[in-house]
Amino acid sequence: MAQHDFAMPVTEAQVRALAVDDTVTLNGTLFGIRDATQIALFDHGRTTRFDLAGHAVIHTAPNVKRVAPSPENPAGYAPICVGTTTSARMERFTRPLMANHGVRIVIGKGGLGAESASAFRELGGVYLAIIGGAAALETTWIEAIDDVDLDDLNPESLWKFRVRGFGPLRVAMDSHGASLYAAVDAEARAKRAAALAALGVGSRR
Amino acid sequence: MQIAPDRIEETAKELYLRALRDLPPDIKRGFATLAARETGTTAKAVLGTMIENIAVAERTNNLLCQDTGIPIYNVTIGRGAEVDGVALTAAIRRGCERATREAPLRSSIVHPLTRKNDHTSCGIAVPVIRIEFSDAFDGLKIEMIPKGSGSENNSWLKMAIPAEGVDAIRTFVIDCVLGAGGRTCPPTIVGVGIGGTADLCVHLAKVAATRPLGSHCADPDGAALETQLSEAVNLLGIGPQGLGGDSTAFGVHVEIAATHITMNPVAVNMQCHSARRASAVLGAEGVEYGY
Repeated sequence: MAQHDFAMPVTEAQVRALAVDDTVTLNGTLFGIRDATQIALFDHGRTTRFDLAGHAVIHTAPNVKRVAPSPENPAGYAPICVGTTTSARMERFTRPLMANHGVRIVIGKGGLGAESASAFRELGGVYLAIIGGAAALETTWIEAIDDVDLDDLNPESLWKFRVRGFGPLRVAMDSHGASLYAAVDAEARAKRAAALAALGVGSRR
Repeated sequence: MQIAPDRIEETAKELYLRALRDLPPDIKRGFATLAARETGTTAKAVLGTMIENIAVAERTNNLLCQDTGIPIYNVTIGRGAEVDGVALTAAIRRGCERATREAPLRSSIVHPLTRKNDHTSCGIAVPVIRIEFSDAFDGLKIEMIPKGSGSENNSWLKMAIPAEGVDAIRTFVIDCVLGAGGRTCPPTIVGVGIGGTADLCVHLAKVAATRPLGSHCADPDGAALETQLSEAVNLLGIGPQGLGGDSTAFGVHVEIAATHITMNPVAVNMQCHSARRASAVLGAEGVEYGY
């Protein structure tokens, strides 16, 4: 259960050194992506000018305000509230994000499934659990929006955030095949019968 | 008393912003209750972060969650309130749009086929506006609920049959909570609708999911089932964010309606831990805000 401080981007070796229940804090660049961003990239053949190799992506579509571009807000956007969405909808994009773009870290809430776990194991990646709904806190870790691409998809643009002290976030799926979500799900399903018994199911009353 | 559309518009705008920033006191108490009895180490830490976030949102006057939700306005026309119905719905729509533009808020609303976002939080039949009537108070009450999608995406309807009995309802609720896992942003309020037609059943589940914590089903049999289900879902160990723990749900709420002799419908709709809502009562002159 070690704490790791990463200056982004990272190497495969740094990611493979992580194990479930470790914690990670990110500094530097973090990319924001969402359903429409990845549908555009992987289904509609759109491309991005950003290099995501070795980087982390977070499942988000932030609340932002248009402002005049300045050193504080280079992209012409000020972050207002940046949070995290449910990852499971974007399950099928994990492998192409890693294989085509070299992404090493996916940050989200609620976890990813078996196909993503395979991609993390084969290609060297991890899933970091952020606390969904804790967006006011998460926003305090964002320094600026440095750049934005595919902005016709706004708010589901491809966002380039500058972050400081982003975390600590729990490693919930690692590159060794472990997943906290799969473990919790298996334990919960094993308790199903007890929960139904507590409700008197089967007694026909 | 005549209630002018411009007052309704202003209230609709203000309610959206209040709901996004200020968590109702019953939900805060719910967090305190869960945190006090949680035994899991990870789960305690997760609940601690959620509670910290509520304080950060208040301190920084920021939104609790990035998800501005699907805006829902529940209007109750009370004693003596005179409103032009068409003007009322138009005013609510304008208020919702102004909140989005003036704050500004992320518009989370798109056309379901083209996925086009008008950046107004409005679209075909959205905001959802429901109108009911009550003789319990004077004036016009508006409740605003920004319904988050993580929880809304976990909604189910089962048209069970009478031979399956109440067991079908109990089993269905447990299986929905299992199926949702961490995707609903637990701890949740699990809303269960029982009876009615298919559409009424789903509506009841939404009413149940968005009811204040500590409130109970008006029907005694429904209330008893609520208590049973609340204990049972927290035996599953899914925990906050699906990372394990005792705190899977703040509770299970049940709403019921009569149904057909051949039918036994049950629906589940969930509310995430950011169980946001705000309300206001407009009288002859003033407006009183609450939750």
